[in-house]
Amino acid sequence: MANAREVKQRIKSVKNISQVTRALQAVSASKVRKAIDQLEDTRPYSVKAWQVLQHIAGQPDRSTLHPMLIKHPSVENVIAIVISGDRGLAGAYNSNVIRAVEDWSKSIQSPVKYITVGKRGRDQLLRRGRDILAEFSNLPAQLSYMDISPVGRLAVDTFLREEVDEVYLIYTQFINRMIHRPVVKKLLPLETGVDERVKTFAESEPLIGGYIFEPDQKSILEEIIPRFTILQVLHAVIESFASEHSARMVAMKNATDNAIALADALQLEYNKARQQAITNEMLDIAGGVEAISG
Amino acid sequence: MPIRCEIVSQDRMVFEGDADIVIVPGSLGEMGILPGHAPLLSTLELGVIRVKNGDQEEVFTVTGGFIEVQPDIVTIMADASENVEEIDVQRAEEAMQRAKKLLEKEAPPDPDAYLRIQAAIKRSSLRLKSVDQYRKRGQRSRPPGMGASK
Repeated sequence: MANAREVKQRIKSVKNISQVTRALQAVSASKVRKAIDQLEDTRPYSVKAWQVLQHIAGQPDRSTLHPMLIKHPSVENVIAIVISGDRGLAGAYNSNVIRAVEDWSKSIQSPVKYITVGKRGRDQLLRRGRDILAEFSNLPAQLSYMDISPVGRLAVDTFLREEVDEVYLIYTQFINRMIHRPVVKKLLPLETGVDERVKTFAESEPLIGGYIFEPDQKSILEEIIPRFTILQVLHAVIESFASEHSARMVAMKNATDNAIALADALQLEYNKARQQAITNEMLDIAGGVEAISG
Repeated sequence: MPIRCEIVSQDRMVFEGDADIVIVPGSLGEMGILPGHAPLLSTLELGVIRVKNGDQEEVFTVTGGFIEVQPDIVTIMADASENVEEIDVQRAEEAMQRAKKLLEKEAPPDPDAYLRIQAAIKRSSLRLKSVDQYRKRGQRSRPPGMGASK
């Protein structure tokens, strides 16, 4: 049996840990609320934008409309935009993203270049010796289009220069506070039927005829396509942020609960050790008395 | 058969509902969209969107954006949009004053700043004008300092 003083010290350190985790839990709780608010505010626009892109991609004369709609004849280079967190202590959040990257990259025959958002993903991919084209980290908590546009711009421009043939987006989809799912989405070239979520949102039949474009086809597509594509990256980052904060909140809640349970168990052990010590002392005294009187 | 109309701005869902006609400020002038319209994709200019359903009419300001029309749905993706009934008159007036003051002080050093101020003035004046023209509730634009409804 451990001696009482050691156990007491452990109880103290476990209690300290539980205080830290509880504080982190509280911080994440407020961040998660903000992140979910932002997600819900921006979701309608992003979903609509994606829908419009899908409709454009479903046009009968798609390949003549915009270079971002054109499938390259062979897939020789691929870019993946990987969105992870800057910090750990978020349960399995970061490792799930990396696992999704691993699973996905097995199915890709061509060399993959990575654009990472978040330090954790960057470090993990570097450790695995992956080719990192660019990395972005320390993004502000309230994201705007301007914060993400360099990330998206880079992917779009590289695609337009025909240096890569496909662009994928790997992020964590926020379903609710408990459930987040890493997903891989094909961003470029724009294709129809890539995201089944869109199918359920679309209330109309697929387009039969082509669009009428105003003021003219070229100028509106030049404006819409890159912008809405980059918006999808922004949306993915917002979803990932909400997932990260809620994953961290859950992880910290579990840690706090565990620490409390551990402290209780240790307290029991401490009581036992203390009683044992008292019993031992009593035995010593009784033994001593017996020895003198006997 | 009505056409479905959805207005989203970058930070929220502004309006969802059915309409007999939706009138928008298209890049080539005002457009009225009726049910069964051919598929259309257009940019929007600064102006007002009017959504008529029976004898009801909802009016929204829009500062630019895009419209996508399908035979049974109109989707408006606005840079910013507000229901005329929700416009905070006092704030619009203050924004107008601020922008005007900036222009009076001195010519802004770079053309970008100048354009930004111009855009701010246009936005505020759009909001004030549309309140005067379209707001149904009694109060229209109030004398400054009276306090807004919010």
